[in-house]
Amino acid sequence: MNIHEYQAKALLEEYGVPVPAGGLAYSPEQAAYRAKEIGGERWIVKAQIHSGARGKAGGVRLCASEREVWEAANDLLGRRLVTAQTAPRGKGVYRLYVEPAVACARELYMSMVLDRASERIVLAMSAEGGAEIEDLIKQNPAAVVRVIIDPAVGILAFQAREAAFACGLDAALISQAEHILLAAYRLFRDRDATLLETNPLVVTEDGRLLALDAKMTFDDNALFRHQKISELRDKSQEDPREMGAVDRGLSYVGLEGDIGCIVNGAGLAMATMDIIKLCGGEPANFLDIGGGASPERVAKAFRLVLADERVRVILVNIFAGINRCDWVAEGVVKAMSELDVGVPVVVRLSGTNAEKGAQILKESGVKVTVASTLAEAGEKAADAARQKTPAEN
Amino acid sequence: MSVLIDKNTRVITQGMTGKTGRFHTVHCREYANGRECYVAGVTPGKGGGDFEGVPIFNTVAEAREATRANATVIYVPPPFAAKAIEEAVEAEMELAVCITEGIPVRDMMRVRAMMRGTKTTLLGPNCPGVITPDEIKIGIMPGYIHKKGGVGVVSRSGTLTYEAVHQLTALGLGQSTCVGIGGDPVNGLKHRDVLELFERDSETVAVVMVGEIGGSDEEEAAEWARENMSKPVVGFIAGVTAPPGKRMGHAGAIISGGSGAAADKIAALESCGIQTTKNPAEIGALLKSVL
Repeated sequence: MNIHEYQAKALLEEYGVPVPAGGLAYSPEQAAYRAKEIGGERWIVKAQIHSGARGKAGGVRLCASEREVWEAANDLLGRRLVTAQTAPRGKGVYRLYVEPAVACARELYMSMVLDRASERIVLAMSAEGGAEIEDLIKQNPAAVVRVIIDPAVGILAFQAREAAFACGLDAALISQAEHILLAAYRLFRDRDATLLETNPLVVTEDGRLLALDAKMTFDDNALFRHQKISELRDKSQEDPREMGAVDRGLSYVGLEGDIGCIVNGAGLAMATMDIIKLCGGEPANFLDIGGGASPERVAKAFRLVLADERVRVILVNIFAGINRCDWVAEGVVKAMSELDVGVPVVVRLSGTNAEKGAQILKESGVKVTVASTLAEAGEKAADAARQKTPAEN
Repeated sequence: MSVLIDKNTRVITQGMTGKTGRFHTVHCREYANGRECYVAGVTPGKGGGDFEGVPIFNTVAEAREATRANATVIYVPPPFAAKAIEEAVEAEMELAVCITEGIPVRDMMRVRAMMRGTKTTLLGPNCPGVITPDEIKIGIMPGYIHKKGGVGVVSRSGTLTYEAVHQLTALGLGQSTCVGIGGDPVNGLKHRDVLELFERDSETVAVVMVGEIGGSDEEEAAEWARENMSKPVVGFIAGVTAPPGKRMGHAGAIISGGSGAAADKIAALESCGIQTTKNPAEIGALLKSVL
């Protein structure tokens, strides 16, 4: 789960990492008022969306008067911001964060991330931070200092100092850096984060270290023990199709194609997308309906897939192990009699009670195309999508 | 022979009295030698009772002591599953198979740290388990699609493994052992470890490796196979069409920071001499072609 910059900064501050004194705004008036509260002469108005690379997309504005703050806010709010990291539709801007403009002497990069290979956490720091960091890492991997933290031990003070010295920080700043890294790690560990990034972490002209930006991602599997983190979820930043799936207890990822997929199991769901593509079709989604798929669950999946206007064909691909094909078939019949499906449906049932499932489909009289193998399922779905397209154009 | 388990394996079921544990204990006992293999269950507080004649103990250590079990299968819910694995490790179980999906990754890092230097082999979590056809099944896979034979199967997925096994069986190709290593980012046995087991196993003649996006397990296994594997290995990698940055169901199935993409994995496998197919419907046929 992702959170906004301002939420990540509030968490960092709670753990003792210095951040600029900012204020949240939902309207141009609030933004201007926040600027007045903060004081000073120059402010940054930052669009709060779940994406990086906001600056290059025009989502971060430097303003020299309250009027300019108002105007920047007025321009940004309600707009969809398309960055290098978002889908082409971009993300909606509904919240702004107003901060004083900070005079920086240097920009650094700092992140902590779960490292699968070492089964530990990796702290990465670089003497150069900012928007170009990804190019920098590609061009010169040696510019990034990596420190492996054993979660059984935690980050050790000398590890933090080593990273800080390696970034060429002045001796006077080392204890500040040590404090920040230890605090950031405590936050990472306590709240089950999988990513914590401050880019840039700056040295101000008056000699302080400050987290000027912040990004955090949390382990979905650990949310059960973090009620406060769960509350930070902003549904406006997520694909509405995916949010609908979360509410229905299904695992869904929206894609750009027109063949809606209903599959049991994550691996098979990915393989189904792959075979559709191989047959010349385009999957509209990843959807894993899980192990014990009751008829109700299958019907829910139909509703979810049909909510996507792009869907022109539905492919149901089930390999029933603990699942039962007759239940799935009942679900298909239920969905097709209750809903105005309106698109061709291809069904492939294999495994436990496959014949019984086929029988149910046949006797129900619902109009489905039956496929007996995975290959046939992919071909029939892609064919149906091809036939459907010219007819509608 | 087979790998990890055979008809002489003696199994404890942790979380046997929960809904999932009960359901799968019944099916596992019905499969092949299951009645002899499943010797005990563990549910704290229910020690002294039994489930369908299988005695229940309060702790893994007690169950092991009383039954000389050497393997355990874990169906404990996610908030408590990591502690269940730790209990199995402390009790020096040789093999722990964790089926549970949804364990926080921080808990798994702790488990992996405490396992260093211990005797236990961990399979999973978030896996379908392991089966040696006609001998024993530990996990949630449908037993009847399997057939005894010489193909080793290792996979990060559940239903996609069943799909591959089904294709093999339909072509008359039986399996020595099918191992589901699970879809979590921090787990026990990796593809590489299982390839090593299959290479040493006298019954296994060829291996199917089913991978997916995320991490670099498949690449490491391929590197190892190039240097050490005498038996043919074929591969399939799921998720060619998966977008970056999105978790595809499995916690570990995510392309992050430009690494873990299917195309890169396929290229890595091919460069190590492992034939791959991009068509998940042709996994069985590909294996047959290399025999």
